[in-house]
Amino acid sequence: MLRPYGIRYDMTPTYFDPPRLTADRPLLTAWGLRKTYGRVTAVSGVDLEVYPGETLGIVGESGSGKSTVLRMLNLEEPANAGDYRLNLAAYAGENLLGLDRYRRRELRVTQIGIVYQQPHMGLRMRVSSGGNVAERLIMAGERSFATLRTAARDSLAESEFPLDRLDDPPRLLSGGMQQRVQLAKAIAMRPALLLLDEPTTGLDVSIQALVLDTLLRLRRERRIATVVVSHDLGVIRTLADRVLVMRGGQVVEHGLADQVLDDPQHPYTQQLVHAKL
Amino acid sequence: MRPCPHTHMHILNVHEFSKTFTIHAINREVPAFTNVSFHLQPGELLVARGANGVGKSSLLRCLYRTYLPSAGHAIYQAQQGTVDLARAAEVDIALLRRNEIGYVSQFLRPRPRVSAIELVMEPLLLAGVPADDARMRAGDWLSRLGLKAAIWPAYPSTFSGGEQQKINLARALIAPRRLLLLDEPNAALDPGARAALRERLSVLKSEGVAMIGVFHHIEDVRDLVDSEVKIANSQ
Repeated sequence: MLRPYGIRYDMTPTYFDPPRLTADRPLLTAWGLRKTYGRVTAVSGVDLEVYPGETLGIVGESGSGKSTVLRMLNLEEPANAGDYRLNLAAYAGENLLGLDRYRRRELRVTQIGIVYQQPHMGLRMRVSSGGNVAERLIMAGERSFATLRTAARDSLAESEFPLDRLDDPPRLLSGGMQQRVQLAKAIAMRPALLLLDEPTTGLDVSIQALVLDTLLRLRRERRIATVVVSHDLGVIRTLADRVLVMRGGQVVEHGLADQVLDDPQHPYTQQLVHAKL
Repeated sequence: MRPCPHTHMHILNVHEFSKTFTIHAINREVPAFTNVSFHLQPGELLVARGANGVGKSSLLRCLYRTYLPSAGHAIYQAQQGTVDLARAAEVDIALLRRNEIGYVSQFLRPRPRVSAIELVMEPLLLAGVPADDARMRAGDWLSRLGLKAAIWPAYPSTFSGGEQQKINLARALIAPRRLLLLDEPNAALDPGARAALRERLSVLKSEGVAMIGVFHHIEDVRDLVDSEVKIANSQ
């Protein structure tokens, strides 16, 4: 398999070999994702793969299209073109971009978790934190109050949320705690795919470090495939195994996270990396 | 051109390997190393020699794929098959880093709010070792390198360079590896820790771990060295 963007800036093709040692198949495969708003092209021809247990980072400045890609993967933003598959029995061989409303909702509730930069996008700010997490389970059909309470507690505990604050609504919580509630809600159904949109942007540095640690532990303990979007290269270096660099709606470079950050190939990536160091 | 025919003996066969950095902002090509060839057997320690700044570290980083090699091949015999480290799929490199190839860098990259012992445990946890077992083995490593138990739960960002280097060594050497890339592992160490490191490398060698090293104190390991490769660039 030759990646269409596996091309160096000097146009010497650097075709990487297909995987030979990795037995896994990618959980997520997306090809040719495209999104336009009127005459503006936000995302054009983006391809990506994520393996089980792997974290893919997407970096780029505001307006690069990275968050739009994430919202397309969450099926909350319809794509104009593209092919998006998850290697799950119930959706085998299906382009998820063509799902009807009912199945799209089912897929999002059961298999995709998302954490937004802005907590109010993912949470009801006036409902208790436990209730926010339980809501996810109710949407998936769970009705027993005892099960809901236990499952919500377990999920919040896994996200390292202090359980004595279970009944507090997110609006009374700090930014770091709000992100933990979002994370608990995201992982409550044990999804195959976790999407993180600037999950620690805006948090104090020390709080950010604690949230990143929680994410690393979760990744180690469950083999969730994760896509994290951030403009913060430190976050990407900490979380991501591989990185895509986006600019103007396109992927300009991809590689192992340390390679992209320590030996960037594309002029734009070099500029981005050196501006941060 | 194909690599050396006796590949079956070798865990690694490096052929006309080169790295040149292209710095677009100043429109310059900066060669790191040019046309390096060597091969390595299990249990062999190979030392990269050359003047300062000829890219000895860059060679190790290209083999680990932190740097993208510019030309040549590095044929590696993995447990599940043969790959060219110069162009293997990213997921395969990530797999090899988890299971087979270790890199001992000169500097620790501490993470905020992660304690010394947790940093050392992490490679074992990633390999699926239970936490209690991992903690015990990490403690064993740290004490052998002379790091007092009192500071294991502390955050290494405040530690001295030597202490950070010990944590880094323990972290890099704790999980079993088939190929180790040693980038001045003894540069900032006190004599006790240097002796402990030498002892550990000797054991790893006898266990069949292949190693490529750049050493600041070559005298520490002189009797462990099997071969050397001269690194030069065309600048």
